[in-house]
Amino acid sequence: MTLKLKLHTKPEVPLEADCICPDRMQSLNMTEIGDLVTYHGNRQVPLKNFFECSGEFDGEIDIEGDLVNVKHIGSTMSFGKITVSGNVGVHIGAAMSGGEIIVEGDASDWVGPEMYGGRITIKGNAGHMVGSGYRGSTVGMQGGEIIVHGNVKNETGHVMRRGLIVVAGNSGDFTGVNMLAGTIIVLGEMGIRTGAGMRRGSIICQTKSELLPTFTRSCDYLPLFLRHYFKHLESLGLIISDSLINSPFERWCGDSIELNRGEILLYAGK
Amino acid sequence: MYIKLTNGIVYDPVHGINGEHRDIYINDGQITRKPSSNTKICKTYDMKGKIIMAGAIDIHTHIGGGKVNIARMMLPEDHVNDLVERTELTRSGCGNAAPSTLTAGYRYAEMGYTACFEPAMLPSNARQTHMEMGDTPMVDKGAYAMLGSDDFFLRMLASKKDQAAISDYVGWTINATQALGIKVVNPGGISAFKFNQRKLELDELNQYYGVSPRDIIKSLARAVTELGIPHPLHVHGCNLGVPGNLNTTLETIDAVEGMRMHLTHIQFHSYGTEGDKKFSSGAAEIAEAVNKNPNISIDVGQVLFGQTVTASGDSMLQYAGHWHAHPKKWVIMDIECDAGCGVVPFKYRDKNFVNALQWAIGLELFLLVDDPWRIFLTTDHPNGAPFTSYPHLIRLLMDRSFRNDMLSTINKEAAASSTLASLDREYSLYDIAIMTRAAPARSLGLKNRGHLGPGAVADITVYSNHKDKEKMFSKPDYVFKDGVLIVRNGKIVKVVNGGTHTLRPEYDNGIEKSLKRYFDKYQTISLSNFKIDNDEIVEHGNSKIIVQPCM
Repeated sequence: MTLKLKLHTKPEVPLEADCICPDRMQSLNMTEIGDLVTYHGNRQVPLKNFFECSGEFDGEIDIEGDLVNVKHIGSTMSFGKITVSGNVGVHIGAAMSGGEIIVEGDASDWVGPEMYGGRITIKGNAGHMVGSGYRGSTVGMQGGEIIVHGNVKNETGHVMRRGLIVVAGNSGDFTGVNMLAGTIIVLGEMGIRTGAGMRRGSIICQTKSELLPTFTRSCDYLPLFLRHYFKHLESLGLIISDSLINSPFERWCGDSIELNRGEILLYAGK
Repeated sequence: MYIKLTNGIVYDPVHGINGEHRDIYINDGQITRKPSSNTKICKTYDMKGKIIMAGAIDIHTHIGGGKVNIARMMLPEDHVNDLVERTELTRSGCGNAAPSTLTAGYRYAEMGYTACFEPAMLPSNARQTHMEMGDTPMVDKGAYAMLGSDDFFLRMLASKKDQAAISDYVGWTINATQALGIKVVNPGGISAFKFNQRKLELDELNQYYGVSPRDIIKSLARAVTELGIPHPLHVHGCNLGVPGNLNTTLETIDAVEGMRMHLTHIQFHSYGTEGDKKFSSGAAEIAEAVNKNPNISIDVGQVLFGQTVTASGDSMLQYAGHWHAHPKKWVIMDIECDAGCGVVPFKYRDKNFVNALQWAIGLELFLLVDDPWRIFLTTDHPNGAPFTSYPHLIRLLMDRSFRNDMLSTINKEAAASSTLASLDREYSLYDIAIMTRAAPARSLGLKNRGHLGPGAVADITVYSNHKDKEKMFSKPDYVFKDGVLIVRNGKIVKVVNGGTHTLRPEYDNGIEKSLKRYFDKYQTISLSNFKIDNDEIVEHGNSKIIVQPCM
């Protein structure tokens, strides 16, 4: 049986609930789970003040309610599954290293910052800084997958080093800014200044996009490796058109103010 | 309203009281003589068996100014790993090497410190420094204005302006920036770095201005003497961290020609070039020179092992050290063309030869300098270690067997090349009371602090006499600030705001004419906005400005 958490009181100020995490809830009984510490603003309060707990923990946690003001759900988790039926607040899955998080609604900023592994799926839209590094950190996402079915805002994959970020909708400005390595796939449109300061890594986009002058066009080709990616995305429930699979891509390399070893692949089909 | 501390064992070096049973009376925030017998004592604390000292004073700790903020912004890991919850009294915070302002204030008070001094306040950055210090609760504070690599001063020196004009400029700077002293960092070197010089010896010329560090130190030391500033020129000398800089330091001591000078974090300036690794301890030579020259005082800048962050105005040295950054990120920047700033996170490792020897050199200095009145206990927070490691450092000084145990765990080669094992000296509580209370207060010219005589401000710390000195000094039983009980059993019981210590040296205001012209031509802010008003400091959370007299 899954553990069910239902928000009964809406927090007035953000609630930091990094205790909602399989690693922390493992082998606790219902009273102990209710007594886990959260921060309501800067005050310590037990989880039960905001959530009604039922069921039993078997590795899965289902959360219901409007969680827009609930932060850090699934932070540092390493196994198990968290399903959020509505919208969710910032820092979901921060530094997670395994397991899966599924959000049926929209996510706020900072989805999976500095994550190491596992998968986060957002069925709605996500905010800024998806899979990025915290301010001051030199390395962001280091593994795992973030799949967003809707749109994302700015600075997706900032200083990312490994892993996969997929955006089925549009992404904002500075997609893959300063990225070190890894893969970002955008099936919609990208904003401006894509890949600014990128050293290595791949940014793939299904639409044309205006790039910075520090990127140079190297060739048009049919990247075979993309088929594997697209197949994987189809298995995750995303809709990939056949034309995308069989079309050539423009390859741009940059950012030449950095190593110039990054690549941006733009769809070149008709 | 009289408060009496009775039955305690008092250490008050200013009055030569070495562990004697004395009663202490507090009235109106001050220590007083024993009142007449019909005066009502409102509160009596029984301090049976407890050690009573004045509140401790940290003469050199980076708790404000731009560089600390850069360190905070650059090191999210330092915050994540050290979160401080809010309590009913205190506010939340975070950070170990670069703690938030509030947390720094609370932690200092909980260790029995009642005053802290920021040693590197850049004049153009003074407003931020004072705002940050204003946000640091519990303790008194003050700052030394940093001169020596600023364009206006170097121009004056290059054009051979007479000393009186330079003294006026120094006096004006102290008044304008509400400083308590003058510091010079890598004299002329920060400026030389911008003209592509990567090192600057004491007698080497700054290529652009044609002046040498020796000229700068001499000129500033003279200005400090002429203005009657109580704290001697606070010198962070040339060649910090460079093997062989021991000779530079000895030459610097000679350079001031008998004028008073404070050499700061001297551990980083006491390296020789002997041995296979061309890195050795110069502590013996430095200690001998300090012992011989009564005009010199030092603070050590002890290194203790662990993760910290180095923050300095010395961009030349920080650039040279950035290759060793851990975690790998760093900032070197210019500030208003008047100085620089470098922030490099660093991890001192006990198994690393150089780090282990640095640790030993610092301790050798502590043990070889005879006069505790001229050597102060610092780690150059956060450059050598965070200030929270002071109790550990005190135990290393007071407990020889503990010191030798620690010595046996560090890098073998470093331990073998150090004379530390042969040094038997153990600091007494009286020595500690001198070096952490009486001596810093005297050096800074704080007449009514650092002692427990009548008329002193009632900043008092009371410890239990544990055998484990680390335990003793990390958790005082009582701390009084201005006669108010603020800490009980190492926990804050009342939050107060300390004052800001400043000076008002006299100078010829005619200097403002040429400064006005200079500011209009070159500076980003006007002269009138550059100066910091009393009200700005008071309104921003500080309870008061305390003007210290000049000599």
